[in-house]
Amino acid sequence: MKRLKALAATTASVPITLFGLVLVTFLIGRVMPIDPVLAIVGDRAPADVVAAARLELGLDRPLYVQFWIYLGKLAVGDLGRSVMTSHTVWEDIKRFFPATMELATVAIIFAAGIGIPLGVLAAVKQGSRVDHVIRVVCLAGHSLPIFVLALLSLLVFYATLHWAPGPGRQDILFDDQVPSITNFLTVDALLARDWEVLRDAVAHLIQPAAVLAYFAMAFIARMTRAFMLDALAGEYVITARAKGLSAARVIWKHAFGNIAVRLITIMALTYAGLLEGAVVTETVFSWPGLGQYLTISLLNADMNAVLGATLVVGITYLAFNLLADMLYKLLDPRVS
Amino acid sequence: MQVDIRNLSIAFPTATGLSHAVRNVSLTIGNEKLGIVGESGSGKSLTARSILRLLPRGARMTADKLSFDGIDILKADESAMRAIRGKRAGLILQDPKYSLNPVMTAGAQIAEAWRMHRKGGAREAHEGAMDLLAQVKINDPARVFGAYPHELSGGMGQRVMIAMMLAPDPELLIADEPTSALDATVQAEILRLLEDLVARRGMALILISHDLPLVSHFCDRVAVMYAGRIVEELGAGELAQAKHPYTRGLLECLPALSHPRPRLAVMKRDPAWAEGPPGAPLA
Repeated sequence: MKRLKALAATTASVPITLFGLVLVTFLIGRVMPIDPVLAIVGDRAPADVVAAARLELGLDRPLYVQFWIYLGKLAVGDLGRSVMTSHTVWEDIKRFFPATMELATVAIIFAAGIGIPLGVLAAVKQGSRVDHVIRVVCLAGHSLPIFVLALLSLLVFYATLHWAPGPGRQDILFDDQVPSITNFLTVDALLARDWEVLRDAVAHLIQPAAVLAYFAMAFIARMTRAFMLDALAGEYVITARAKGLSAARVIWKHAFGNIAVRLITIMALTYAGLLEGAVVTETVFSWPGLGQYLTISLLNADMNAVLGATLVVGITYLAFNLLADMLYKLLDPRVS
Repeated sequence: MQVDIRNLSIAFPTATGLSHAVRNVSLTIGNEKLGIVGESGSGKSLTARSILRLLPRGARMTADKLSFDGIDILKADESAMRAIRGKRAGLILQDPKYSLNPVMTAGAQIAEAWRMHRKGGAREAHEGAMDLLAQVKINDPARVFGAYPHELSGGMGQRVMIAMMLAPDPELLIADEPTSALDATVQAEILRLLEDLVARRGMALILISHDLPLVSHFCDRVAVMYAGRIVEELGAGELAQAKHPYTRGLLECLPALSHPRPRLAVMKRDPAWAEGPPGAPLA
């Protein structure tokens, strides 16, 4: 019962945060020194056309009225129409977001699968050569800008070694070969049982996912190491050893068991970060995801698209934050 | 079962060289109750934990001899040590708030110890754990079995800890300040419980404490440690005949109901105590 109450309290804060998010994105969109009218009519349009477009967009009205109208449209799921693609923003997001999610999901699986064991190993062998190597590898993940690694990786694995296919999500040959059901290309290829498309999609996915995973891995490994060092210094670890348990059981059951919940939180937030933070990686790899959509929309002053994409990213982040909070409250016996 | 410690030294590397925490300690422990008394940092815990080789990371241990029932602990590999830890010698730590795993139920932790050293499945381990909880005089074992450590009081937690260490039927129990974190009334209960269990099971006990009168009341023999050395070893009844000024100082600064004094003595420390007997090596 206590737990349910705690969950309810966590959930209650969501609408407030959501409202704040909408307000801030809306304001940023309006105060930016970009004229959305010019984006639509072009900068050679006569003055009366510009004025008419301005009137049609409702830009002549006070800001709070504009916000009220925006909220009203948002409530019925209307994010407006993108000037650039001439689709509704919602349609665009449905098309682009799965590509980002596909990338981020593969990346987080790589990152956790490698980062957690590395972090545990580094903590158990603290101060040893293994620890130092792991820390240097992780330090690079923290300090290298992601585009440097992305470009280097393209240069080495695509341009020089020809191991990886080039940028993009699939070879131009396979464009539209499988029906878009989920918009996750790998899943769609599986559903269509088109192994060629699947192979091509996976091949295109590996490189950007690996680049993205490297940075997430560095963070996860560093956090795992820090948490584990803390846990291993705990008295209960001495107790576990005094019981005569094997080193593996002391490390994984007792020490790791104590940090698992915290790691789940870290991973949920990292995943959310990957979903929104893939902007640079997507641009370098020409990955047709939300990040790329956002960048191009921004460069074209396509404000509806920018606001819509920002909102989606924000809501996703909020959702994962909430999920992490809930998992923490459900799984850790000490939180009540 | 006999533990032999001869010339045990434990040191930690620091920026300015080795810092010695235990210096040339020699002890023999048979089937008896031995108290080790000393202030914080006197090396009493390290000495006792060296028997299980559960020293903090970085500790350097040297000794002429360190054996448990004929097993050379200095040379034993990890699997040989695991055969001693828990199975033949248990360790009870000071504060159950920290020494119990916070995300495992009390019952699961006891059952784990039970299964580690005895043959049997989950059901037998569960029964074994319930039985152990009853042995440490817990009235509602079923509730405590399913409780997490933070849901238990200090005394309750320490009973769980004791039950866990008794699970494999050890021959030696090392209790490292088992009552220091508990309320005074609970302290007495836990000590009585320990006394009772040790007598009933015929276990040897090493009781580490900073409370000299308590230890001498409870144990057959007392070793007093100061600055990493044993400065005096006494039979429990011989406390009045203590010779070392540190031991005498400890006794004199205690209030007594039978001889009320307006002012308690303050111990004056002699730097020579830390240097050990004349001619003792510094290591």
